[in-house]
Amino acid sequence: MPLVTEPDLAISVTDLTKNYGERAAVSHANFDVPMGTVCGFVGPNGSGKTTTMRMLLGLISPSGGTGKVLGQPISEPANYLDRVGAMIEGPAFYPSLGGAENLKVLATLGGHSTEQVQSLLDRVGLGDRAKSKYKTYSLGMKQRLGIAAALLPDPQLLILDEPTNGLDPAGIQEIRDLIRSLANEGTTVFISSHLLAEIEMISDSLVMLRQGEVIFAGKTQDLLLRQQPTILARSEDPNDLPRLLQIAHDAGHEGSVIEGVAHIQGPREWAATLNKIAFNSGIVLAQLSPELPSLEETFFEMTAADE
Amino acid sequence: MIRVFLAEWRKLRRPSLFIGTMGAVVGASALVTSLLFLLIDSRQGNAQRGEVINRATLELPHGLSIGFSSSAGLLGLIALCIFASQTAQEYTHGTLRNLLVRQPRRLTLLLGKFFSMCFFALISVILSAIVSITLAFALSGKAKVITTAWSTSEARNGVVHTFVNVLISVIAYGTVGMILGLLLRSPISSISIGVAWLLVVENIIAATVKNSGKWMPGQLMNTVAAGGDFTATYSHALLVLSAYLALGVLVSSVLFRRRDVTN
Repeated sequence: MPLVTEPDLAISVTDLTKNYGERAAVSHANFDVPMGTVCGFVGPNGSGKTTTMRMLLGLISPSGGTGKVLGQPISEPANYLDRVGAMIEGPAFYPSLGGAENLKVLATLGGHSTEQVQSLLDRVGLGDRAKSKYKTYSLGMKQRLGIAAALLPDPQLLILDEPTNGLDPAGIQEIRDLIRSLANEGTTVFISSHLLAEIEMISDSLVMLRQGEVIFAGKTQDLLLRQQPTILARSEDPNDLPRLLQIAHDAGHEGSVIEGVAHIQGPREWAATLNKIAFNSGIVLAQLSPELPSLEETFFEMTAADE
Repeated sequence: MIRVFLAEWRKLRRPSLFIGTMGAVVGASALVTSLLFLLIDSRQGNAQRGEVINRATLELPHGLSIGFSSSAGLLGLIALCIFASQTAQEYTHGTLRNLLVRQPRRLTLLLGKFFSMCFFALISVILSAIVSITLAFALSGKAKVITTAWSTSEARNGVVHTFVNVLISVIAYGTVGMILGLLLRSPISSISIGVAWLLVVENIIAATVKNSGKWMPGQLMNTVAAGGDFTATYSHALLVLSAYLALGVLVSSVLFRRRDVTN
């Protein structure tokens, strides 16, 4: 009997390309998503995120390149989609069917148990609205139903396109917790979102697109560490802040004052030097903390070419 | 395939659609059969385009199923609307992507949907047959039509043949609707173009160009339902109609299989 082994990579694409006429929606994309991780997929609008996800789901054919999902080529989606849950480009259901009935249509189609529908609706907080028609749902409820539909096959890989759109802060936190719990159970999650703080909180790795090209693929922490950190410094006397910036400038570090705090570009090790020079210049620092840029700041910096 | 059939059936059996459509089927069948018997002495005629079907014809064994076969055109239009809307709404609601994620074999998805809608059409034809035949018996006394021949085995065979022909015709109408739904990807466009062609354009062409009816798909579907008529023979109608549908099915299914699913 042959030994069946799990692939190490949930998603792996090589030179994946999609052209629409002269325009390349996705251009020679290369990235991997390891099994059992949460991978954020970020990029400005129109950068090719949804197109890439559609190619992974067999909805559109690549113009070039190759890809594998759960070890199977994306040219044969029937070989892996029974283990993949997806919500792509927002939720889409039949308006005159109830939430539960909508899920039962998809469960029947995919050969999944319809018995689990109520528990899935409970899990996404729609248990008491199971019979209400989809057209009466709010945007947030539709989004939750979309996530429930994605969970129908008890997926090994979950592909979610903007799952928190339309959710209130509590809803966003619930979805974040749900994704984390799924990841803890071993589900690989490939998620795109405009809420970069959310992505930063939940993702182990990141794929960043700009104008159809992958500009970063790897661990989120590696990306942040590659960026120039900022040293936040606040002098006891606010009038000393211009002098503090001048000291930094003389040492080759640029900075600016934002809301009474000097933000100085420089490695975290230089904070001690700054403290020493400031003290020798008669400036007493009330706060000194090196800080990595957030994913949002990094994102704007890296995708600035779009502006 | 069976999973697609059952999933589609969940949508088709929803009360608003099922009861509404079957209500329309009952209404159409009752209307056509009632007019056939109640206007039997009318000079304006009691059938299509002022045609008169007299007592002598109705008293023949096949007279029992004339009302039923005359309903085929309306049943067909209902089927066209259902097949077209059920197909095209997958594009307008955006639900096609969900379906293809759960069933990536596109032709299997298409066939399963088709068979499910054919089952829906079968129920509507059975209902129409029951309503038409019941009304034929009920109205025969008022119309002074002698029904002795309706109890013969020849009459029963006639009902079976008519049932098969009406079913073929209704499914052909539905197939046209599904093809239009796949090509146009909009319920409104596919229904309006389909109905306008069948009810308006074909009739204008048939009225102005001699013998053109035997090449018009709508006319041919009615000819099949009637088991052959003055427009064309049954075998001609069946052959030409099959060729049209085969071409339409080929083009639309190749497009469906290859087309990217985007918004």
